[in-house]
Amino acid sequence: MFAPYLLNAWVVASLVAVASGCAGFFVVCRRESFAAHALPMAAFPGAAAAALFGLGQVYGLVVAALGGVALLLWLKRGQRSDAATALLLVALLALGSLFLSLSGRYADSVYALLFGQIFAVGPGDVLPALVLGLAVPAVLLSGFRPLLLSALSPDLAMVRGIGCTRIEILFLSVLALAAALALPVTGALLVFSLMTGPASAACIMVRSPRAALALSVALALALIWQALALSYLTSWPAGFFTGVLAALLYLAPRIWRTARPAPRSPGLA
Amino acid sequence: MSLTVTNLTVRYGGREVLRDVGFALEPGAFCGLIGANGSGKTTLLRTILGFETPSAGRVERDGTVGYVPQKLQIAADMPVRARDLVALGLDGHRLGFSWPSAGRRRRVEEMLASVDALAFADQRVGELSGGQLQRVLIAHALVSGPKLLLLDEPLANLDLRAAAEIVALLKRVAGQGVTVLISAHDMNPLLGAMDRLVYLANGRAASGRTEQVVRTEVLSELYGYHIDVIRVHGRILVVAGNAEAHHHHDHDHVAAIP
Amino acid sequence: MFDSLMFGGFLASTVVQNALLIGAAAAVLSGIVGVFTVLRGQSFAGHALADVSSAGGALSLLLGINPMLGFFGLGLLGALGLTGRRRGDGDLAAGILLGTGLGLTALLLHFAVTMRGVAGAAVSVMFGSLFAAPPGAGVLAFFAALAGILLLALIYKPLLLASLDSELASVRGANIRLVAGVFLVLLALAVTLSAMAVGAILSTALLIGPAAAALRVSRRPWVAMLLAALFGVACCWGGVALAYASYDWTPGRVWPVSFFITSLVLLVYAAASWRRQ
Repeated sequence: MFAPYLLNAWVVASLVAVASGCAGFFVVCRRESFAAHALPMAAFPGAAAAALFGLGQVYGLVVAALGGVALLLWLKRGQRSDAATALLLVALLALGSLFLSLSGRYADSVYALLFGQIFAVGPGDVLPALVLGLAVPAVLLSGFRPLLLSALSPDLAMVRGIGCTRIEILFLSVLALAAALALPVTGALLVFSLMTGPASAACIMVRSPRAALALSVALALALIWQALALSYLTSWPAGFFTGVLAALLYLAPRIWRTARPAPRSPGLA
Repeated sequence: MSLTVTNLTVRYGGREVLRDVGFALEPGAFCGLIGANGSGKTTLLRTILGFETPSAGRVERDGTVGYVPQKLQIAADMPVRARDLVALGLDGHRLGFSWPSAGRRRRVEEMLASVDALAFADQRVGELSGGQLQRVLIAHALVSGPKLLLLDEPLANLDLRAAAEIVALLKRVAGQGVTVLISAHDMNPLLGAMDRLVYLANGRAASGRTEQVVRTEVLSELYGYHIDVIRVHGRILVVAGNAEAHHHHDHDHVAAIP
Repeated sequence: MFDSLMFGGFLASTVVQNALLIGAAAAVLSGIVGVFTVLRGQSFAGHALADVSSAGGALSLLLGINPMLGFFGLGLLGALGLTGRRRGDGDLAAGILLGTGLGLTALLLHFAVTMRGVAGAAVSVMFGSLFAAPPGAGVLAFFAALAGILLLALIYKPLLLASLDSELASVRGANIRLVAGVFLVLLALAVTLSAMAVGAILSTALLIGPAAAALRVSRRPWVAMLLAALFGVACCWGGVALAYASYDWTPGRVWPVSFFITSLVLLVYAAASWRRQ
């Protein structure tokens, strides 16, 4: 399981988990779950185009994910309807399927990009993963307080001179980078699970924002390591374990809390 | 003066929301901003905060401003305790990851104590009751030491006792030299505490000292129907009289009260 | 399979006939059900059902049965889950729980490839394979769509009332929960046919797109349903024709049918929205 040729997979997966755990915490706090759902979809055709034109996958992913941010902001500004949003996302996936089909490696690539292929990580993937995996947490940590304050109340943030639009764009861009980083490992459809499962569990389990952020990262690491190990042992796809473990992480603390009501007074709901 | 508003006019898409509004508040004033829903209270507060650009007139503030929004729209599960929210009032705009420091923690602790919020300092913000949340929001606004405190309908949705406690707390704050401007649609909870009053109707304002404005003839003129000012047990109470008994006045004729 | 596409006329090909029939059946039922889906604000439910039903598609590849059965079986299961869900649970819960469904799809597709050697399992389930559908699938889809339309006709009045004004409907004595339950079954059926046509993750396009475009043109339910069905059929058949033609564009590389259908749906929707403004 820890053979040298798998070392790359462990390193990249760990970097993905750290970035996703950080980004996921803010996704949950800032209630940006739609963006966390949409940005991996937007990144998907980028990876497909990279395959078609023979470019590095990570570049295609990053460019397309950042393009997805522009699309999201456009959708938000114009107050587009749900139907328009859903259609655009689906069209992006269809575009990705076209690129993959034209690239001639349709069948394998579709599976890899939708559900991830963690053991396909090669030595060339480590450097870009290292850059993104360190940049994402670094930016999020340095913006920790403004990100949190503007999540609590845009007005309170504005009083303190924080430009909420700027913060939003910054956050979505970092989220896009995190999604681009995670996509080859978890697949476009399961990035959301890796980001929000650990984070939503952490937010239930502890009350302090710093502790919740740290716990979110720790749980994301635990999740991805488990998925990797189980996948290696069973030779089943890691995406299956990622999806199931994330849902378990989400449910477990909620069931625990319902089963054992807290002693303190509930206050206003 | 810690806040001077002069000839302020604000338009939204051609409609005048505020017209020629003017008043001034000296340090330590406790001023109620009274008006029905939709009368322009929130717009006035937002213009004072600099969120809206006036089409005419100006706002002069002396020193920094603290703001208490009407509510937070957050999930109950959000991992932010009352003390975290207060700490964000101290340095929420700063970049960089902050390591806990003793001085910062002491400052937050003192602030929580001064608004009687220590008992629920470690509860999640989303789980606080309405009155508890208002205390924490006030602490958040005050912890950076502003000269002016603006509150948007802090008493809405509070029961009588919680409202009275918040007003008493704000009176204490004003006593320490902070100018308090508080918007409310019902002036009764504020009558014992406020020394100044700005009344908004249809975008126009009338202002004056409380004892000048809160009189039957003045209020009846402002509201456009008969208002009784009742004194009971040394306190004042404002109640609407028989609406049929008094002709409706045009709100546009509200005059500034010296 | 592309031999039959290459030789003989477009319409003479049985593969094309099958594809056109499936596409039409999917488009008509999805268009009609889609109008109610949009009116009821249940676009997300359609999307969720599609994600869940993808596991069914993968399962049927693994078992070697008609994919329609798998899609519909898991779609029904998903519908059951949706009726049990409390309102206002939020996107977060739904998204994470859907992750298990997608994880299951990943596992079953993996088995389909490794244990049964189904080439391109992921492609056919997720992005559809109209030209590779089993020979009888067209007829089966036709009868499934017919059954769906009849079922809709049975609950048409209370469904319309409940979709426009649920309070009024309950005052009038309509059994809202029963109607909503039946509608979810219909939604699962529409998603199943759409998934056959364009694949599970693209099925939202066929379900929501033509219906949303039709509702931009007319708010009258009858007209909207008719227009949605027409738009859908036009997009599907146009997509099939384009995919057929594209076979010559890039020799050896296939342009997926579902790409054309999805693009046409997006175009129709954009045109309807633009016309409205």
